[in-house]
Parts: sequence; C-alpha cells; structure tokens
Amino acid sequence: MDEHLKIELGKQGIVVTTLQELYNWGRRNSIWPMQFGLACCAIEMIATTMARFDMARFGAEVFRPSPRQADLMIISGTVTKKMAPQVVRLYNQMAEPRYVIAMGACAISGGPFKQGYNVLKGIDRYIPVDVHIPGCPPRPEALLEAFMALQKKIDAQPLTGAGRPRFLDSEARGEFPIPVPGEHDLEPASNRGVWPVEIETGTKGPRD
Amino acid sequence: MASSPYFSLAVLFIAALGFGLAPLGLAWLWARMFSPPKPNATKNAIYECGLVSKGDAWVQFRSGYYLYAIIFLIFDVEAVFLLPFAVAFSGLSGAACAAMLIFVLLLIEGLAWAWAKGILTWA
Repeated sequence: MDEHLKIELGKQGIVVTTLQELYNWGRRNSIWPMQFGLACCAIEMIATTMARFDMARFGAEVFRPSPRQADLMIISGTVTKKMAPQVVRLYNQMAEPRYVIAMGACAISGGPFKQGYNVLKGIDRYIPVDVHIPGCPPRPEALLEAFMALQKKIDAQPLTGAGRPRFLDSEARGEFPIPVPGEHDLEPASNRGVWPVEIETGTKGPRD
Repeated sequence: MASSPYFSLAVLFIAALGFGLAPLGLAWLWARMFSPPKPNATKNAIYECGLVSKGDAWVQFRSGYYLYAIIFLIFDVEAVFLLPFAVAFSGLSGAACAAMLIFVLLLIEGLAWAWAKGILTWA
C-alpha cells in the first residue's frame, strides 16, 4: 500500500492497514521482559520500571518471572563465565518470538572487567542481541531508548521473505548451544552462528 | 418451552457458559493455528531458574521432623501467651494466674518429655 494514498485515505476517515502492520503493532506493544538482573545495571532496569521512568508506557511493565511467558531478555550487567550457561539456557527456554537487549558495557563486551579471567566478553558470543546499550551503567532513559529501538525493529520486520523473523522461518533453528565450563574457558568459546569471528582460547592470555 | 418461567434463566446460563468458554477456545485455537513453536529439548525441559533440574520433585522428608515441629510449637505458643500474661500480670486474679501457671506447666511437661527422649541433643 502506497504511503501517500494511505495518508490521503486517513484524511477522509478511512483507516487502511495490512495484516503485517497490525501483527507488528500488536507485537511491539506487548513485549514482556524477563525478570532477572545480573549486576548493577539491574538497578537501573528496576528504576526504569518504576513510576518516574514508567516503562508501562511502552506496554512492557509486565516482567515475567518465567522464561515461558517472556519475549524480551534484558542482559543487565556482567555475565560471568559461570553464569553464561544459565543465561543461554534461559534464552533457549523463552518462547518465540524473543528478543535480547544487552544493557551496559559489561553485557556487550565485558566492560571494565574485560580483563577478568571469569568474565564473558559480551553475551552476543552465544545469543543474538537485538539492541546494544553502551554505558556503565546506562541511565533509564538509555534503556527506554533501546526499548524504542527494539519496537522500531519489530515494526519494520516483514512477515515473509528474506528478512522475516526467526519464528516465521521454519528452517531457522530455535536452539542455541549452551556452553559448558572447559579447562580454561567456556566450550565452545562462542556460537559461530551468531559470532562469526574465531576466538582464540587456551592459556595464551586474558585477551579472549 | 419459551413459556417456561425458567427459559430466560436457561438462556442466561448458556450465555454465561459461552462467555467463559469462548475465550478459552479462541486461545486454544490461536495457539494451535498461529503460534510459532520452535520446540527443543532445552525449551521443553523443566524450568529451574536456568539451571538443569536435578532429581525428582517427589522427594520424601523424614517423619522424624515432627519432633522439631513439636518443640517449635512449645516455645512458640509459650512466647505468644507469656507476653500478654506478663503485661496484664498486676491486674490478674488468683484464678487467672493459676490457669496460666497450669498452661505453662503443661508446656514445660512437653519440654521435659522431649528432653527425656533425648531430641534436644543435635544428632
């Protein structure tokens, strides 16, 4: 449908929409985040849900304490290598369609703890991240901005064709391998499906 | 049939039933027809805060724990009644004091029984 024609029809009091727009409108306004916090960023995430910042304006105030009912995983803080398998498992247990916001420097790269032997250098090594928010910690406004970015992303997703979301693609796999603690690092060190760069593992240094 | 005095009630009953069942049916239909399932072993596993669940939920507890429950009751009930007793002590009659003492003695008897049974020693 032509955008210009749609606006003209709207002026005449006729609302025209497509199934895709209606579907995405419903999806983007009812995102339920999963209720879990990993580190200090979680405090900002909690503040975002409270009255001053009021995440309820975006239809996302229902934090679900079970992955079965959640759409959105907010990785709020440092992911240690001990915690990473649990995070990936929870992501696997969430129902499709599911989204991930990596909140803060730690979640996207390891942040100030990057040199730590026990810190995962970014959760996007194992699960696909939709929106990254820099900051240490990001302010609630930043989380809301990320949330709006996610809504825009959902809104723009076509239901058919190449760019369709994973849950409408019968070929796409819904399971992401859960890493297990190895001798020096998590094994595998990354999911090559979402993190295409080879990661050096072993005893060479803390740069992995 | 329509002349029956209960006809309107029956209509309302069926309407109420439909009002309750229709959303359930629609939800079931929606889940069957349109939901995008991508099942896998991890997703279908028991949810345990992200950890792998261990063992069975149908575990048995030792029945011997009833002793600890009884000891707890003795001290708990005693504390609940001793505080109002102490607060109202100066205004109580002799009979009330005697009743309270009997009550406390009964509880102490329970404690003595537990002591004699040897369950106060941590095993």
